[in-house]
Amino acid sequence: MSDIPTWAALPAAILLIVGGLLAAIGALGVVRLPDFLTRMHPPAMGSTLGAGCVLIASMLVSSAAAGRPVVHALLITLFVVMTAPVTAMLLARAALYRSKRRAGEDRRPDQAE
Amino acid sequence: MSALLELAVTFASLCFALAMLFATVRLFRGPAAQDRVLALDVMYANGMLLLLALGIRFVSSAYFDMALLIALFGFVGTIALAKFLLRGEVIEP
Repeated sequence: MSDIPTWAALPAAILLIVGGLLAAIGALGVVRLPDFLTRMHPPAMGSTLGAGCVLIASMLVSSAAAGRPVVHALLITLFVVMTAPVTAMLLARAALYRSKRRAGEDRRPDQAE
Repeated sequence: MSALLELAVTFASLCFALAMLFATVRLFRGPAAQDRVLALDVMYANGMLLLLALGIRFVSSAYFDMALLIALFGFVGTIALAKFLLRGEVIEP
């Protein structure tokens, strides 16, 4: 930790602060927004841009500590970028299906009368 | 300069812990089941980021493997729960 040079420590510190703020704001949106489909948007910002910032900072610090380029953090970046849209798509489809089914159950007694 | 990096890591860890706290609030308060699944997904992502910040703090590559495993199992868990909400069962015959 003590032998990280300035050219790696300064961008890594800035990227860590930006990533932490993005993740915290995204999770605050999960608590405060009123509807489920609006609530799905803010954590995507934290888990793609925030994770990208933290992973670039991790690559910088580990490269500077090892003295050679260390790029294995790109694996997590690739995985998160590939899986975040699949998760969002399936959750949105489940929420739409459930809300539609609940609306149908509410309508059924009116049609029976 | 290393003190600045240490301060930034501490700030980022506090931010991720706060985000996990917000996700816990939504997990307990969520009116529907899909809100709870979304809160679990947010909690997984922020736990992964917290482990990455710890890996920057104590320069070590063991935290990276833990973060990769958390990302993997978080994805599988969220997909299984969303599939259960959508179809009523996870693995269909």
